[in-house]
Amino acid sequence: MIGTAMIGTAGRRRLTVLAFLSPWLVGMLVFFVYPLITTVYLAFQHYDLLSPPRWVGLANFRYMNIDANFWPAVRNTAWMILVSVPVTIIFALWVAHVLGKIRRGAGVLRTVFYLPTLAPPVAATLGFVYVFNASTGPVDRILGALGLPQPLWFDDPSWAKPSLTLLAMWGSGAIIVIFLAAFLDVPMELHEAADLDGVNGWQRMRYVTLPTVSPVILFAVVTGVIDGLQYFTQGYVAGTAAGGGDAGAGSGSSLGYPEGSTLFYPVWLYQQGFQYFAMGYASAMAVVLFVAALGVTAVLLLVSRRYVHIPGVS
Amino acid sequence: MNKHSDTGSASSSGRRRRRAPGLALVASALLAAVSACSGGSGDTTASASSAPASAAADRTPVTITLWSGFTDRELGVLGAAVDQFEKTHPWITVKNVGAQDDDKIVKAIRAGNAPDAALSFTADRIGSYCGSKAWIDLGPYIARDKVDLSVIPQVSRDYTQFGGVRCALPALADTYGLYYNTKLLKGAGYDSPPKTASELLDMAVKLTSYNPDGSIKVAGFVPLWGFYEMAPAHVAPVWGATWTDGAGKSNFHDPAWTALLQWQKKFVDAIGYDKLRRFTSGAGDSEFAETNLFETGRLAMNIDGEYRTAFIHSEHPELAFGTAPFPTADTRTDLYGAGYVTGNSLGIPRTTTGRNLEAAWQLVRYLSTDPAAQTLLAQQLKNVPTLTPALSDTSLTNDARFGVFMKIYANSKSGTTPPSAAGSADQDTLSALAEKYQAGSVADLASALTAADKQVDAQVAQAAGPGGGGAP
Repeated sequence: MIGTAMIGTAGRRRLTVLAFLSPWLVGMLVFFVYPLITTVYLAFQHYDLLSPPRWVGLANFRYMNIDANFWPAVRNTAWMILVSVPVTIIFALWVAHVLGKIRRGAGVLRTVFYLPTLAPPVAATLGFVYVFNASTGPVDRILGALGLPQPLWFDDPSWAKPSLTLLAMWGSGAIIVIFLAAFLDVPMELHEAADLDGVNGWQRMRYVTLPTVSPVILFAVVTGVIDGLQYFTQGYVAGTAAGGGDAGAGSGSSLGYPEGSTLFYPVWLYQQGFQYFAMGYASAMAVVLFVAALGVTAVLLLVSRRYVHIPGVS
Repeated sequence: MNKHSDTGSASSSGRRRRRAPGLALVASALLAAVSACSGGSGDTTASASSAPASAAADRTPVTITLWSGFTDRELGVLGAAVDQFEKTHPWITVKNVGAQDDDKIVKAIRAGNAPDAALSFTADRIGSYCGSKAWIDLGPYIARDKVDLSVIPQVSRDYTQFGGVRCALPALADTYGLYYNTKLLKGAGYDSPPKTASELLDMAVKLTSYNPDGSIKVAGFVPLWGFYEMAPAHVAPVWGATWTDGAGKSNFHDPAWTALLQWQKKFVDAIGYDKLRRFTSGAGDSEFAETNLFETGRLAMNIDGEYRTAFIHSEHPELAFGTAPFPTADTRTDLYGAGYVTGNSLGIPRTTTGRNLEAAWQLVRYLSTDPAAQTLLAQQLKNVPTLTPALSDTSLTNDARFGVFMKIYANSKSGTTPPSAAGSADQDTLSALAEKYQAGSVADLASALTAADKQVDAQVAQAAGPGGGGAP
């Protein structure tokens, strides 16, 4: 009797927990698990959104070797991950470090650096396209007044991705704040010990600060890489806006303007799925993206074991 | 968040503690990455598209819905045509719903609750709509009611069918020609617009003026692909360039394409790529704004659609301008008077119930083949009617500058982009190549065009799916 009562109590408690969890569970199942399973299923189908899916085996994956835009899109996305993400993180680290040193007006400056995060990505990108407009933008006017070269920025394939990197740096307020909190969280006794050892500024950063905040840096790198793999909005909007406002299907202005330099992997995936109705192929691309995210994240976590310092873990 | 809540017991190893957040990150990555692309199969139940033998006799009151991308005033214009329809078909009431683009139409089809009739602004989707029967085959209705399609010019008949399936009828067309600023041309000593590509280039160079810093002040013509309506597709008809060969394969290796791209590159180089790019960069997305460079006198000549006449009338009535067919290739003066044509398509989207098909057909038929409806829409929307009888309506031809586009449309040598299973992939592929070539990034044009052919053929085959020829 006692055992039955205990099981009943435990069961009720589980049901109660389940009831409280159910809103999240439903959302998880509907918005993550179902799309995930469907995407994997469609990756092996020929599916145009309008007709019933038809099994094609690995044809969608084989088509990636034929698709002339597949590898350029991969390269563009890789550029963002290998260049833009590290540059943005280093910039954010530097800004956070400087903000941590400032005593007067620190609050105002922190707010100033965080504010861009609040701008919607589309609006921020359009603003950047305007500011860096090669003809009417203030940046080139200032450069011209100073007698410096005036790049075409978003109109030049060699400058388009660096321009997007500047946009990413400008909007890195959230990670700056996280880095700042991590810097401020470095135990004072470590700094005092370093002082006793007579370290200079660089040594303090190299041997005290960076190891202590390394878990936060790892977080920034992993989330930055994942964001880089999914880089879509800014690239699409910048390419469209700089290309004349209409990069839609069939228009003279090609996707990935200028010259395919902003044709990122998710942009091409979107074009295939929703403009060319090749949803099966787009799903296969999504599965590859999934595997890439898995692989890159796993590698990062494995490598991080050598470099990331977690207190209490040898 | 309780910082002890997910770290397990105090005896958990460091390795395990490190793996927990790692696994969470991996899981997040997987979910985020895969959910970047998702799509349900949707309800793909096809309704019967065979026309009833004598359903026209059924006059049971019915309400149908018409979707279009029109808004505001233009939606009202369509509403006026619908009102006329309701007078002649009193048992049918039409709900005229605007601001519905093709993406919404596709979503509604997938959900099984598509409108009874839909008007698409782009012909690029016809390959998908007809190929998948997402828009029902109108053939049985046309045959049953003996609708004479010969009153519709061939060019519009071409872009409203695909693979032998006529799933749409045209309802107004866009036609492209040359706009020129008469004041600027006269100032440079020209009394008439150019008729050949060489004349256009020479006049444009002469008409282009510069600021003291070397930047372009007024452009004679902007030859950059992607600027406003300057697209390979819009120029191709007057160069005799064709999209597909006799076997239906991509035809970019057609020498006409090479000639067109080389002429355009020569044009760009004559003015300077960087100068042109900086000039167009300043224009931003002004094409459909009052700051349009042609409308504001900063562009002496431009390729544009007939609808620009309405924009100028509304925004810059003081502008002295003329219109003409776009200049032809020097070796193809026989094509002068032709141009690029595309337009709206009317069809009946598939629904799970197949409701109101007959009434929807009556509406589609009326809007696309009734001269009064076409004339009304053309007058008010300033688009070209897609019926031969309406092309001679004096209320339209009285405006000589608009009349030019009516003649271009009626020209038997005018051309369009053939519907494709892969949508606009052919145009997009060529545009991407042309954009690189004009910038000097393509060393071997012949090889690049051959590669583009392969890419388009592969994309079309991919879209056609296993066995080909089926639903794209």
